[in-house]
This record gives sequence, C-alpha cells and structure tokens, in this order.
Amino acid sequence: MEQVIVFLPLLGALISGFGWRIVGEKNAMRIATGLLIYACFSSWAAFLAPTGMTKHIEVLRWISSGTLDTYWGLRVDRLTTIMLIVVTSVSTLVHVYSFGYMDHDPQWKEGEVYKPRFFAYLSFFTFAMLMLVTSDNLVQMFFGWEGVGVASYLLIGFYYRKPSANAAAIKAFVVNRVGDFGFALGIFALFFLTDSVQLDVIFAAAPELAQTQISFLWRDWNAAELTAFLLFIGAMGKSAQLFLHTWLPDAMEGPTPVSALIHAATMVTAGVFLVCRMSPLMEFAPATLSFITFIGASTAFFAATIGLVQNDIKRVIAYSTCSQLGYMFVAAGVGAYSAAMFHLFTHAFFKAMLFLGAGSVIHAMHHEQDMRNYGALRKKIPYTFWAMMIGTLAITGVGIPLTYIGFAGFLSKDAIIESAWAGTNPMAGYAFWMLVAAAAMTSFYSWRLIFMTFFGEARGDSHTHAHAHESPKVMTVPLGILAIGAIFAGMVWYKPFFGDHHAVESWFGIPHAETVVAADHGAAPVEAAGTTDGHAPAADSHGADAAQDAVVATSAAPLQYGAIYMGPDNHVIDDAHHAPTWVKVSPFIAMLLGFALSWLMYIRRTDLPAKLAATNWPLYNFLLNKWYFDEIYNFVFIRPTFALGRFLWKRGDGATIDGGINGLAMGIIPFFTRLAGRAQTGYLFTYAFAMVLGVAVLITLMSLTGGAE
Amino acid sequence: MDNLLSIVTFLPAVAALILAVFLRGDDPDAQRNAKWVALAATGLTFLLSLFLLSGFNPADPGFQFVEEHDWILGMKYKMGVDGISVLFVLLTTFLMPLTIGACWTVEKRVKEYMIAFLVLETLMLGVFCALDLVLFYLFFEAGLIPMFLIIGIWGGANRIYASFKFFLYTFLGSVLMLVAMIAMALDAGTTDIPSLLNHQFGSESFNLLGIHVMGGMQTLLWLAFFASFAVKMPMWPVHTWLPDAHVQAPTAGSVVLAAILLKMGGYGFLRFSLPMFPVASDIMAPLVLWMSAIAIVYTSLVALVQEDMKKLIAYSSVAHMGYVTAGIFAANQQGIDGAIFQMISHGFISGALFLCVGVIYDRMHTREISAYGGLVNRMPAYALIFMLFTMANVGLPGTSGFVGEFLTLVGIFQANTWVAVVATSGVILSAGYALWLYRRVVFGELIKESLKSITDMDRRERVIFAPLVAMTLLLGVYPSLVTDIIGPSVENLVSNYQTAVLERVDATQVATHH
Repeated sequence: MEQVIVFLPLLGALISGFGWRIVGEKNAMRIATGLLIYACFSSWAAFLAPTGMTKHIEVLRWISSGTLDTYWGLRVDRLTTIMLIVVTSVSTLVHVYSFGYMDHDPQWKEGEVYKPRFFAYLSFFTFAMLMLVTSDNLVQMFFGWEGVGVASYLLIGFYYRKPSANAAAIKAFVVNRVGDFGFALGIFALFFLTDSVQLDVIFAAAPELAQTQISFLWRDWNAAELTAFLLFIGAMGKSAQLFLHTWLPDAMEGPTPVSALIHAATMVTAGVFLVCRMSPLMEFAPATLSFITFIGASTAFFAATIGLVQNDIKRVIAYSTCSQLGYMFVAAGVGAYSAAMFHLFTHAFFKAMLFLGAGSVIHAMHHEQDMRNYGALRKKIPYTFWAMMIGTLAITGVGIPLTYIGFAGFLSKDAIIESAWAGTNPMAGYAFWMLVAAAAMTSFYSWRLIFMTFFGEARGDSHTHAHAHESPKVMTVPLGILAIGAIFAGMVWYKPFFGDHHAVESWFGIPHAETVVAADHGAAPVEAAGTTDGHAPAADSHGADAAQDAVVATSAAPLQYGAIYMGPDNHVIDDAHHAPTWVKVSPFIAMLLGFALSWLMYIRRTDLPAKLAATNWPLYNFLLNKWYFDEIYNFVFIRPTFALGRFLWKRGDGATIDGGINGLAMGIIPFFTRLAGRAQTGYLFTYAFAMVLGVAVLITLMSLTGGAE
Repeated sequence: MDNLLSIVTFLPAVAALILAVFLRGDDPDAQRNAKWVALAATGLTFLLSLFLLSGFNPADPGFQFVEEHDWILGMKYKMGVDGISVLFVLLTTFLMPLTIGACWTVEKRVKEYMIAFLVLETLMLGVFCALDLVLFYLFFEAGLIPMFLIIGIWGGANRIYASFKFFLYTFLGSVLMLVAMIAMALDAGTTDIPSLLNHQFGSESFNLLGIHVMGGMQTLLWLAFFASFAVKMPMWPVHTWLPDAHVQAPTAGSVVLAAILLKMGGYGFLRFSLPMFPVASDIMAPLVLWMSAIAIVYTSLVALVQEDMKKLIAYSSVAHMGYVTAGIFAANQQGIDGAIFQMISHGFISGALFLCVGVIYDRMHTREISAYGGLVNRMPAYALIFMLFTMANVGLPGTSGFVGEFLTLVGIFQANTWVAVVATSGVILSAGYALWLYRRVVFGELIKESLKSITDMDRRERVIFAPLVAMTLLLGVYPSLVTDIIGPSVENLVSNYQTAVLERVDATQVATHH
C-alpha cells in the first residue's frame, strides 16, 4: 500500500505533464488530483492503523559498489506516517485549490497551456517529498531531498518570463545546494565510519560513533558530533535557517499555492524531519544539539523581527514560516523530538491555510500583494476572513492557559517553549527567552496582517476594492478543511505527541521504555528487564519489528529503535510537564502583549506606525531590509565568486597557462597557423599524412628495439 | 564468433573504405548515400557490439573475447576486453550512430566527413580493445588524426589555431608515453598487456641527476604516461586546449570529443598507471587528488563567467573529469566504480549538452549566450530536453550524473577529506553555472527579433535525443546495469593495487629495521 502512496503522485505528474495532449487539459489535472486524493486516503489509513511498528519495503536495487549497497526502499514507521498525511493532505488540498487559483492566470497569454504543467510539477514535488520521508537510507533521502529542490526550483520559476522569478528560482536551488553540500559530506562520513548508508545500521552504530574519533580536515572530531553537524547543515538549507534562509522570502515569487505546499507545510519542514529521523544519532551528539538549539532559537527571533515590518502579505507569512521552523529546531535541539514533530504537524495545517487564505485575498484583489493597499476586506470576502482569523488564532497560540483546550498552535508551540525551558543543553535558556520574545512578535505581525487586510479603511486602488469578490468554492472548501485541522489538530493529538511518556512511546513505537519511566519517577535508569515487563505492549512491538525485518534483526543487535529515540538521560518531555506555572503562561502573556500592541497601532492609533518608523528609522530600515543579508552575501560571496571566475579565466587560463607554461607551444602554433593560412584547407590532409608517417616511424623503431630483446 | 571484437572494431573502417572507393561525386544524392552508409555501418556496429554485452561474463575479472595473431615486424595483434573496457566499447558504438545523425545537416565534403567519423570510430574502439602495447599506441595516436581533420576542415572560423593547439598538446604528451613504452618493453621483454599487468616494475628509489626519485623506475614510467593521459582527460592545468577545440569543432566533433575521446585518458589511468605502477600511483596520488580538486573548483568558476555556450560546457566537462581522476586515484572500489560510471554517464550527458547547443546553433549560427533568451516560448520540447540534461549535469539524483559523482566522492572521502570537501563544493558551483546558463538561454521573455521565428526540434533531433534521455534516466534509477559489469574487474584491480602498496610499505619497514 505504501508503494502506491509514494508512486501514484509520480504517475499523476507524468500523466499531467505529458498526457494532457491525449486526455485533455482539464482531465489531466483531474487525474493528477484524483490519484493524490487516493494517496491521501491511503495515508490516513496507514496513519490511523494502531501499530507503530517499523516496516521495511524493498523496491529495487539502486547504487551498489563494493560494500556500498543501496536500495530504493521504504521505511514506514510513525514518523513516516505523520509526514505522509501532512504531505498528501496539504498536497491534495492545494491541487484542488489550484483549479480555482490558477484559472485565468494573468501571467499567461490567451491559448497558452500552463495548468497541466503546474499540476505536473505539484505532483512531482509530492512524489519527491514522499520519497524523502519514506526513505530507509540516507542516499534515497538525498534523492528526495534534491528532488523537492528541483520541484521547488521549477515552481518558483513557474512564471518563467519574469526575471525576478528566475532569479529567485536559481537562488533557492543554489542556496539549498550549500546545505546539500553538508548533507552529502555527512553521508560520506557516515559511510566511511559505518560502512553503510542504511538508517538502521547507522542508528545501531551511533553509541559507538560517540566513542570514535574521525580525522576530518585539520583535526580529529568526535564522529557522532561531526556527522550530526554535517547533516544539520543540510537541514539548515532546506528549512531556511539563519544564514541559509535568504532563499525562502524570494521563493514567494512562485504561485501562492506553491508557497502553501512547499514553502510552508512540507518541503521546508524536511530539515526538522531529518533531525528527528536521525534522533538516534543526534542523541549522541550533545554539542550539535546545542548548536541546533542556538540556530533554531536565533532564527525564530530573527525572522520574527523582519516579519514585523514587511508589507507584502506573502513575505510576512514567509518570515513567519522561517520563524516557526526555528521553534521546531529548538524542540529537536533540546531533545523533544516529538514536540518538534507536533509543531510540524499542526503548523502544516494553519500555515498552509494562512497561505491559501492569502492567495484568496490576492485572487480577490487582482494579484495585489501589498497590504498597504488592502483594508476593510472583512465584509467582501467573509469566508477568507474567517479562515485567516482561525489561522491567526492558531499561529499566535490562543487557548485557555493551563488546560489542553486551544487552537492547534497553542498546544504545539507551548509544548516547545516548555521543552526549551526544561532543556538541559547550554543553549536551552537562551532559546526559551528568544522563543517567548518571538511569540510576542508572532502575535504582533499576525494580527497586523489581519488588521491591515480586513479592518480599517479601504486603501489603494478603489477600482480593485470595488471588484473584490469572494473566491470560488473550489478554493474556499480547502480552506475550510484546513481550518478544522488548525482548530482541532492540537487538541486531538496532544497526548500521543506530548502527553505522558507511555502514550508518546507506544505512538512512536519506542521499544525500550526505561528512559521516560526513570525520569518520571525521578530515579536513575531502571533495569531494562523490569521495564520490559512493565511495558509488555512495547516489548511486543519490538519483537514483531525484529521478526518482520531481517536487516534490522541482524545488524542492529544492541539497540532497537522506534520512530524516534530519546537517550536515557533525556527527560525533557517530563520536565516540561513539571514546568512552573509562570513558564507555562509566558507564551500566552507574550501573545496578549503582541495582540494589544498590534491593536493599538493598527486599529486604535493608526498614525503610530509611521511615527515609530520615522523616529527609529535606523532600526526600521535594518528590519525592512532583512538585516541586509542579501546585500552582505552579494558583497561577500557572489561578486567575489564571479570576479574570481573572470580572473582565473583571463589571467589563469589566458595569461598564465596559455601564455606561460605553454609558451613553446604558443610560439609554434602561430607559425603553423600562418603556414596553414597560406595553404588551402585541403593541405590538412598532408599534415595528417605526416602524422601517420611519424607514428609509423616511431612504432617501427620501437618494435625493432622490442624485437632485439 | 571468435573474431567478434575485431569485427566490431573494423566494421566502420571497412565502411569508410567502401565510401572512399565506390562513392563518387558530391551531388546531394551522393551526400545522402554517404550519410546512410555511415549510419548503417555505425548502427550495425552497435548491434554487433550488443553480442559483446550478452556474451560477457561479469563474474570473470580477466580479459574476454581475446584474439591473438602474429602481425607485421614481429609484432602481435592482440585484442580483448574486461569489465573496465567493455562498457567503453559499448559507449562508443552506442554514440556513433547518434553522432552521424547529428551530422545530417552538414553539406561540406560530406563523404570525407563520414569517412573521418568512421575511421575515428575504429580507432577509438581499438584503443579500448587493444591488448598489445604497440597496437594500443597506434590506435591511441592515430585517433588524433581524424579528430584533427574534423576540427581543421569542418570547424569554425578559428579552426586552424584550435586544431593545432589540440594536436600539439596531445602529441607532446604522447611522445613521453612512447619513450616509456619502449622502456617497459625492454624491461619486461614483452609488449603483451596482460603480461605487463603481471610484471612488477622496479620501485626501489634511486638518485637521478641528483634528484631522489621515490618509487624509482615506476615513478618515471608513471610520469611519462601521466603526461599523455592528463592532457587527454584533460586535467588542470593542461586543459586549455579543450575549450578552444570544442568551440571550433562542429557539433558532431564536439560530441565525440567530449563523450568518448576524453575517456581515453581515464581508461589509460585504469589500464596502465594504476595496475602497472601501483607504487608510483600511491606516491603520486596526493598530487593527482589535489590537481583534480583544483580542476573542479577552478574550471567551475571559469565556467560561471563564460559567454560562449560551448566553452561553458567544455569547462564543465573538465570539472566533471576532475571527479574521474580523483575517483581513480582514491584507489578504492567506490572511487574507481564511480570514476568509470562518471565517464560513461558523462558520455551521455555531455554528448547531449553539445547536441543541445548544436540544435540552436544550426538555427541561429551563434553560440553567444547573449544572443538567446526566452527560447522556451517557442521551443518547449527543446526546453524540456535541455532542462533534463542540465539537471543531469548538475548531478541530480535519479539521473546518471548523480551516481558517478556520488560514488567518486564517497571514494575520495575515504582517501582524503580535504580533497573531498573541496571537490564536493563543486556541486554548489555546478548548480550555479548550469542553471545560470539555462536561465539566460531558455527562460525569460522572448524579445530578440531574430528568435521570433525559431522552430522547435524536428523529428530527427528528437530521435537523436531519445536514446540519450533513456540512458541518462535508466542508469540514474538502476545503475547496477553498469556497476555489476565493472565491479569484479575493479575489485581485482583494487586488491592487486593494495597488495602491491602494502608490500612496499612492509619492505620499507623491513629496510628501516635493519
């Protein structure tokens, strides 16, 4: 069944991309969407199946060379099924939504066929993403990793006539490649150390890696730390974390459904998925985890500051995405992998909805994206308004403090902030405060978006406002479905993701239970045997797991892993539950502060923003220009690279090599050239004949010497 | 079919002879006949070469289809293939019909043009099949001649300069190789390659003109071969002939040059340098690894600023050959498997990329990147094909380009992490120059007046690209087709190499103990 889920979207992509000439445009799009709906239902079936066991499916041999042996294979466990439903659900809704959004796109001329191509790209992306999340080895994951990169490149550059779209597409691909550079090195290093790229083998070797030194570049490193760090570089690129984030805002050049699917709900979360997937390795790399925490927290804060002042509706949401991804990395960094996945899961719903909602606004406003030209749209597009409201309530984390009742973001984001407080790594304290500050800013910019778009007076072109209209059903219905997720996903799945240890364990199929048990009772690690007795279901799943797959059973003898792994000293989830009340209410207070300030500035005293910007102009410009990252990178990397290229070409190849080392040859060539210039080109045959003669003479000479031997 | 290898090798030459003798006149009919004869001959050669594949036993690391006859002047004619060379034979026979197809629009001296390609095919096949030193040398050097003529007669405006540069570079390298071959023949008393592979060339260090030569005789021989193969690859810093040759060569010439001729250097390293001079290879490996790493970064940077499409792709070829040389001298299974795979894959991809340039050159007669822009608006099929091969060139997983790059880098990482890091950074740069090229040529608004009536690929062009697309994807998804065949031979090579290197280390230790 899982193969079907993964490969149906590929089939859809091929039919839509190539088959539309045969089946017709509309039908091609319908087939692609239909196949995805089927994949989506299958995914939910896999997700809701009670077992959390790991399942391995081999499809085809792939790269094999010596001891390196890779298969196209699927690994299905809880982490996979969570990603499966996230990816297929959002993708399905985006496909449906695109029927409306992409109809009559003003970028295209009359009679141009672009819709099947768009659907083909979307379906291809879905396929690549599914390959990424179902992979059972790192190389195939890299296939999905780069595959989604290409899909993203094609979709960002979908409007290929627009220079800005082309530039953004290349930027996205190249910046991602910087991350992939790290990812690839991580794979090489892991193969070097463990002689395998199979996840199970690597997981089994992780404790040993923690005791191993590897010589890399100028010094020896702890093997677990180094490999975990290199893999995280890849995660930083894909998930647009600080320093490698610059491509994400520019990626908004793509059509809005793309932003919802790729640059909010799925692809950008691949980095978080990678860190969680590699948790058995990460747990043995404490320094890398601190680094992840630091980068995540800094990104959450930094992106939020930029989001405060952006005026393009999509860019606000893009920075918000960047910031929320930072939250997820903090959770993973402090060891609360399930909390990271929880936020990934809920975020997919409300962020996809915010983007699709924004798309609906843009659609209504004739492709105007500047919020300064919005205002008072509440009545004109009521469905969209309510959808955006729900999305905002979810992202800002509205709920009843100290209970489990609230919008999706309330539960998942608070889980992360509490985990950050409970975290033991050196960066956890820093992360906690950064995240609380970011929570206040999140609330501010999210409400600012709502107020500027739907409240106040209509600004900008009055003609556009007059014609603003609600989007068709095919667009509003997906919003409604996502709204259900944004409201309930947190409350329904709180327990398995972040509830008591038992629920989390059986949900993720973690076989050895000593970790959290020990933590809960505040005691040192209990004997493994006793634990196993106390948790028979977990032990059973362990046995079944091992029986099901021979590879695991033979190669991963010392430890068995579920979908995630938490080391014996990792008590962060339980400590988070025992956090003091002030910690638990702090994100809520931050949220209220942000809301109040936003209300004051954009509803009550609308003259304040301009005044503030004027009095604090250095800060305002700094934020408006995104901390000048693009300018700095342009100055430090891009221009020197091109200059170096020109230098090597003209000076290196031209002057030095051609002119210097081969001065002799260069002296001879003009001579021959003159000679040949005088003669007819036919004389070349003469030269060729001379060459043959020369060769013959040399060979004769040689054979005679050889014969003399 | 005892003589299958000879039949495959010489069939094109026979066709060339038939053309030379029987085809008269230069009217359109004669031209068409010449093309069809050439196509039929290369096509038949390909079909016959498939018997090589079906009859080849991958489990046997030794030479197969061996033929041995006495020849003139006491020399031997000996042919045979092993896992390392058999796929190069197939690559050549596979690409030649496509190359002939790409010549279809040529009108100048068609008969001679076809003869040149047919002779070239025989000579290239001979290089990969020859099992005698003299025979190898003959094929290896004579192969220069038709290529020299193809560039010099059917090339661009500056063709004379380019063809002589090409000739001199490669010929000067070969002279040293010849001297080394004579020395080898004297030392081993035979020119039989299988025997030479089992011969141990002296590796005791000695002083020559006051210079201490580590690895002794082997190192000197190694250096002489290196001079020839490094130019052929080409390796940095002796690569500058290649961009010039490519720019001036006609499309079909560029295809053969990039796809097959460059592979002779890599093949030479694997047939001679590594197995015959293992101690010297081990000593020189760091140098080669670093030269390769520099090549990757250097030529990628240069590719970034090119204004001529062919030059850009030529520099990209040099960068890709950097992975090959580094993989070979990583001297482990993944490195060498990857290097061979990369050479084969690059045969398809670079061939296709030069054909892509040819498609629009045929229409617009310029290779200037700035003369294009917005082609996707009128050439959607072309845009798709070009995109596929751009991505394959960038090493996208799922295409054959990834497998070669990945395996070589896995191998290099085991040999030297510094080189691995520098070489891996090439994946960032390659994405930069390849996508930047694609964007300037294909994307954007179609503004230029001259391009407004450009037509998409015709049926002939699509037929030429189809097999290349198929191979690029097939080998990307199921690379075992290649690795299963080369694996045992490479394993044999690696284990012999490692034994030889270890013996030397032991010998040195014993020497220091006493």
